Parts: sequence; C-alpha cells; structure tokens
Amino acid sequence: MKPVALGAADRTWSVAALQQLEERLRSLMISALAGHEQPYRQLLMDIANRLRVYFSRRLGRENADVEDLVQETRLAVHQRRFTYDSGRAFSAWLHAIARYKLIDHRRRSNSAVSIPIDDMDELFVSDASEAAAARVDVEQLLDELPSQARGYIRAVKIDGKSISEVSTSHGVSESAVKVAIHRGIKTLALRLKGTDTP
Amino acid sequence: MTTTPQLIDSLAGGLKPAPHGFVARCLGLGVALGASIAIAAMLLAWGLRPDILRAVASSSFWLKLAYTGGLALLGFVSILRLSRPEGRVPPMVWLGLALVMLAMAALAAAELWHAPASDYRALVMGSTSAACPWLIAILAIPTIGGIFWALHRLAPTQLTLAGAAAGLTAGATAAFIYAFSCDESALPFVLIWYGIGMAVPTAIGAWLGRVALRW
Repeated sequence: MKPVALGAADRTWSVAALQQLEERLRSLMISALAGHEQPYRQLLMDIANRLRVYFSRRLGRENADVEDLVQETRLAVHQRRFTYDSGRAFSAWLHAIARYKLIDHRRRSNSAVSIPIDDMDELFVSDASEAAAARVDVEQLLDELPSQARGYIRAVKIDGKSISEVSTSHGVSESAVKVAIHRGIKTLALRLKGTDTP
Repeated sequence: MTTTPQLIDSLAGGLKPAPHGFVARCLGLGVALGASIAIAAMLLAWGLRPDILRAVASSSFWLKLAYTGGLALLGFVSILRLSRPEGRVPPMVWLGLALVMLAMAALAAAELWHAPASDYRALVMGSTSAACPWLIAILAIPTIGGIFWALHRLAPTQLTLAGAAAGLTAGATAAFIYAFSCDESALPFVLIWYGIGMAVPTAIGAWLGRVALRW
C-alpha cells in the first residue's frame, strides 16, 4: 500500500512541477512578445537546458550535434516567435519546433552520410594505382613484411604520422625509418606485381 | 561559432513587440493579394458570365458559391492551424469537408435522378468540361503563391498537409471566382469539374509543401 501511495504522491508532485515550469516559461514568453528584453533573455537561457535534455536523450549525450541542434532550435524559436499563441501551452509549441528540427536533422544527416561515400568512389576511380591498391587486402600484404617495417609503414602511410614522430617514439634515427619504409614498399610492389602477373 | 551569451545578445537585443494577430494577418494578406490578382485576371480574360443578372436568381449559382466558398473557408481554417508548429487540422474541419462533398454529391445525384437519361451527357460534361479544371487551376496560382509567401514567415511542421491545405484554399478561392464567369449550371458538372479544378492545386500544393516550406 505504502509504495503505491508514495508513487502517486510523487507523480502529483512532478505534474505540479511541470505545470509550474509551463506557467513560468509561458509568462516569460508573453512578456517577451510584448517586447521586454530581460524576460526574453531568461527564456532563451531556460529553454537551452530543456532542449539539451531533449536532444541528448534522443541522439545520445556525447553526440556533437546536440549543441548544434540546441542553437538551431533557439534561433528558430526567435525567428518564429510570432507563431506562438498565448492562449495555448508554451511547452507544446516549443516541443513541436524541437521535434521538427530533430526530424529535419535526421533527414539531412542521412544525406550527408551518402555524400562522402560518393566522393570516395570518385577518388578511387581518378587514381589508377589507388584503385589497384583497393583491390588487394592491404593488411594481408603488410603481414608478410618484417615486423619493424610493417610498424613504420602503418604509422606513416596509414595513420598519417610524420617520420620524426615515428623515429622518436621508436628510438631510431629518421633515416633508418625512411630506409625501412622504402625497402618495405619496394617489397610490397614486387609482391603486387607477382600476384598481378597471370 | 557564436557562443551562447553572444547569441542571446544578438537575439534579445532591440526586441520589438509582436504584431497583433501576426499569423492571421500574414495568411489573410497572402490570400487577399492572390485573390485580387485572380479576380482581375478573370475579369480581363473572360469577363462576367453574360447572364449574370438572371443567374443570381437561380439556386445553382448560389450552390456553386456555397460549394467552393465552403471548401475555401475550411481550407483557410486548416491553414491557420497548420501554420503554427503544434497545429493540427481540427476534427470539425475534416467533418466539414466530408459534409460539403457529400451534400454536393447528393444534390448532383438528385438532379441526375430527375432528368431523362438523354440529358445525362449534357449535365455531366456541359460544354466547357475540357477547359474548366485547367482554368480554375491557373486562377489558383496567385493565391497559392500568396499563401506560400505567408507560410515562409510562419512555422508549419506538417509540410505536406500544410501545402495541401494551401492548395485547397487557393483552388477553392479560384473556383469561387471562376463561378462568376462560367455559365454552366448543372450540379453534376460543378461537382466533377470544379472538383477536379480544386483537386489539382491541392495535389500540387501537397508536393510543393514538402519541397518549398522547409525551415
């Protein structure tokens, strides 16, 4: 009996709190629409927190787009503020804008993912040697090299580190790294030719 | 990227009071501008129907106006709602749309019922059925433009529905205006060909809404 009563009390409390928040935001918005700057500043600050919670719950707390969406929605609130009807709930109005921005964001990010893929295809086609390299399993080839050369090549050619970085982290001279990479790539080239000849 | 205090300053600085009844005024202006152009185009291109003085004494003339005017009004109520982010088409509007169509269909059926079969073709096809829907659709262009202009300043979130409501409002307004020029008076003709004339802008509006109303 007791937990049920507690739960019910909890819920009434949170409904009351939500109503209080709604009343506060609504009166801030009404003053803002009357042209008062200070309540408007307060409103813009308050809704940022609410929006951050809303978007991070749907995109994940760590998602970098959350902050962009918060700003974008706040800008939309500003630009479309005359569409708020003071006789209606402010939360419903704000929620509808946030939801619209989230849907729009999903639509845009879907198309944004497909664009880099197209770009990559073009890159491969434009460079014949890269196209050839793409056909073979790079990792498999690298495995056949001595472990030292393999590590250098992976660090410089794949991970994009500089020669000097690799030389300091491995405690060898820069020329030693260069020579090892050069020999390793020569070996790889011979292997590739070997597999390409019928 | 602007930091939050900067953004708030740029938004809140020099805040102006909201114009009273902004949404309704925007949409009203869009419709009024579009309809004025459509009225001028109708008068210049075709003029009033020659028998207008006799027509105003006939019930079919007023039924035409009720049919198209009713749909225009329902479309406008929908667009008023849909231009707010949380807006929905009220159930009464859907009910109203159904009632107008059903009433018109019933009246048209009654007219056919009482007519001899040899008149069916004339009652349905009239003499201008090939042109009528297209002329109505063309007359709808300025009004659909006016409503879309207004919607750009507002915040519709159901873009397809908002576009369709804009198209219906524009199409029905155009049909209302066209009724002053067209001397067809058979209700089956009006139901079908005026109906198609209004449906074309509605469909175009629905498609255009998705494309042009994003914000």
